[in-house]
Amino acid sequence: MIQAGVIGVGQTKYDAKRRDVSMAGLVREAIDNAMLAANLEWDAIDAVILGKAPDMFEGVIMPELYLADAIGAVGKPVLRVHTAGSVGGSTAVIAASHVCSGQFKTVLTVTFEKQSESNATWALSPRYPYSPHINAGAGGYFAPFIREYIRRYDAPEHIGWKVAAKDRQNALKNPLAHLHIPGIDEKMVSDTPMLWEPLRYLESCPSSDGACAMVITAQDQVGSRNVAWIKGMAVRSEGTLSAGRDEVNPQAGIDCAKDIYNQAGIHNPFNEIDCAEIYVPFSWYEPMWLENLGFCDLGEGWKLTDKDVTAIDGELPFNMSGGVLSSNPIGASGMIRFGEAALQVMGLAKDHQVEDAKVAMGHAYGGAAQFFAMWIVSSSLD
Amino acid sequence: MKRVAIVGYAQHPILKNAGALNEVELIMPVVHQLFNDLGISQKDIDFTCSGSCDYLQGAAFAFVEGLSAIQTNPPIKESHVEMDAAWAMYESMLKIQMGDAETALIYGFGKSSPGDLDAIISLQMDPYYISPLWPDRVSLAALQARVLLDQNVITSEQMLASVIEARANSKNNKNALITDLIDESDYLKNAMVSSPLNQLDCPPISDGSSAMIIASEEKAYEFTDHPIWIEGIDHRIESSNLGSRNLATSKTLQASMDQLNLKNIKFDVAELHTQFSHELPFLKSLLNLQDVPTNLSGGPLVGNVMMCAGLDAIGKTYESLKNNQFTHGLAHATSGPCLQHNMLVHLEAQK
Amino acid sequence: MSAEDIPKDYSESPINLEYFYTAGSATTRFLNQVKEGNIVGQGCPKCKAVYVPPRGSCPRCGVATDIEVPLTDKGCIESFTVVHIPIPGNPIVPPYVCAMIRLDGANISFLHLIQDVDIENIRIGMRIQAVWKPKEEWTHSLENIKWFAPIDEPDVDVATLRFHES
Repeated sequence: MIQAGVIGVGQTKYDAKRRDVSMAGLVREAIDNAMLAANLEWDAIDAVILGKAPDMFEGVIMPELYLADAIGAVGKPVLRVHTAGSVGGSTAVIAASHVCSGQFKTVLTVTFEKQSESNATWALSPRYPYSPHINAGAGGYFAPFIREYIRRYDAPEHIGWKVAAKDRQNALKNPLAHLHIPGIDEKMVSDTPMLWEPLRYLESCPSSDGACAMVITAQDQVGSRNVAWIKGMAVRSEGTLSAGRDEVNPQAGIDCAKDIYNQAGIHNPFNEIDCAEIYVPFSWYEPMWLENLGFCDLGEGWKLTDKDVTAIDGELPFNMSGGVLSSNPIGASGMIRFGEAALQVMGLAKDHQVEDAKVAMGHAYGGAAQFFAMWIVSSSLD
Repeated sequence: MKRVAIVGYAQHPILKNAGALNEVELIMPVVHQLFNDLGISQKDIDFTCSGSCDYLQGAAFAFVEGLSAIQTNPPIKESHVEMDAAWAMYESMLKIQMGDAETALIYGFGKSSPGDLDAIISLQMDPYYISPLWPDRVSLAALQARVLLDQNVITSEQMLASVIEARANSKNNKNALITDLIDESDYLKNAMVSSPLNQLDCPPISDGSSAMIIASEEKAYEFTDHPIWIEGIDHRIESSNLGSRNLATSKTLQASMDQLNLKNIKFDVAELHTQFSHELPFLKSLLNLQDVPTNLSGGPLVGNVMMCAGLDAIGKTYESLKNNQFTHGLAHATSGPCLQHNMLVHLEAQK
Repeated sequence: MSAEDIPKDYSESPINLEYFYTAGSATTRFLNQVKEGNIVGQGCPKCKAVYVPPRGSCPRCGVATDIEVPLTDKGCIESFTVVHIPIPGNPIVPPYVCAMIRLDGANISFLHLIQDVDIENIRIGMRIQAVWKPKEEWTHSLENIKWFAPIDEPDVDVATLRFHES
């Protein structure tokens, strides 16, 4: 297979409302940053791959059409990916697939969400006349899975507070993060109102505007550039309402992780992965994914979190950038994970850099915890 | 370059209103038909990719509902484009070429009947300047038709001929929605929708689904003795700014033709995703297909399932090559106003 | 600076789209029974898993669920959340309990409300039964069930609910 690597990551400042830019301006901000980082001219881009969550979030259908000029796609192939919340991750995988297929040398990929321009809760809740109106938002959907996790493994409630505080403390080291909460700690999280029991206000992700872009290229195009080599990448899906499905520990997540570890030659992910950007929109998903992704045995995830293993100076740092809990432009949230993993192994993560990070993981999930996209990036090709 | 072949294609009968069928019930029959035709199951598929548009039926995650039609235990490698399923085929082909899959299932589905398609498609435009004016899809197409007529790229007689031929060709297509024949007087007394387009120049509101299976060279012969090869494929997008485009031609289609080296190929058949009558003579001329039998299936004018019609053009070309002694076929898929985004697929029956 | 002094940096462009929603034939079969106060799940002909409410397929096997399986309106709470915030468009006043309801004989759960019990007494595994609206208000909707309420039966170990192909 053709080897591909990330040579440029570009992000916007994330915020609740980016009223200073249009949708086109928002994606272009991320793209310009990625192109500058990659040190490339536009002629070098062979295709553009755009990802975004439901069109109803902004009220623009198939936005690659309207954005063709802003994303620099005119005259070029463009593909629009939509795989629910995992879309930022799967878009990165599809972009890299363009290069690995041998059909393209260098591609630009960009994902975005401008939630302030519409109403996401409305978009997610069409009033089907034949369905009961008991929709309680995304938190209301995932909270029962979290409660079941806590019951199965007898996890103490402060674990969720701990994750929420840790990710927001990391966000203070990342100027692009949406939420900067000075003095954030467990106590502050536990003092916030309950939203969807057991989730409190600060245990939930914000709703953000933002975009993330990457330039991915083939090995023979790299030159002397700083590269995050893609050592493994995969997607997995499973049906929403499928008998026997374990929503707490979905098989699709287990299989997807095994696939990328195999591709990357990783036998012991806990020891061999230096840091990870994992999709944690609600605090408890950190311990749940620690287990699902094979970093530890079932029921051990919350203990790792409790022992500060996932802190930025811990053995396995998670979400050094502040994670989804600190910035959540839904369509881009997955790609931010993938891009931040790349920045770590390129040594470009500045104040939230993990010292000596050589191998990093990016992860995204979506739907009813049923769509997964993951990759492993490394500072070296071997 | 790793060669990829189409080994199967199935199409749901195109319906005016699939009302009683949900996403699952629309998708499952075509997927099962393909599996039965080839004697395989989902377990023989390495990668699955679909194309659909949430807004058509007013569901925020129509594709998630649709996935329930597919066996996902064990979990599958799967993705979705919010585009015509022709682009799902494109993505699947890349997966095969990179070695991540040997086989792929592609499906598309669309229900235009539940909503107001004209209003919905208006939301494809620039949300700040254009969409608030609610330009409907027929009026946008009519802008291009007018340009083509005024610049003598096409004639109104050719538009009439497109409509009459589409109806006549519908006899070749057991899934066509519109099958009644018309003559010139029927056409002329039809009400204008947006001048110069009358009702018969426009495609019918359609519901339906389609599926396709593609495979690597190694696998293709396990499915069939007569795989149809994707010899060349290229797609490109034009500016979103209609005012900056020359609507009398298509720079990107010309670039794709050069990329695929089409001028040296003698095509036996072509299926074009021409939704409006003026688009057929325009593209036939642009693509040098004047003497090539085109849209023998009747094309989008006799059934136009949004998010499938591009894949259907590829599927119908595949069927033509398979069922006749043809060698070269050209398929075209499009997206966006005034043929903004176009894909060309060169299919070949034998080495 | 008062709010009026801030220059407006946006314009509103409302989108109103009307859709004629249809439930699909599997759901229609189910809702026709719900209208009569019956809950009839649909079974997979291959793995025998029972789906309620049905969507018309078994994603385990990728086949249509064409076996009708009458169920009672009793079951247990597979998990739940207490919703403390108002949700736009949702008329229910918080706090309220939204639970994954697993009916006896069904192999998937669905979300519905729990009431007639102190919130702090609600448990995973608790036995519950539907509380129906008056018959004259029944329509083609699971809203015919006002909510589920606890019944005096021993709790269920939810680990035993996981579907295994027989």
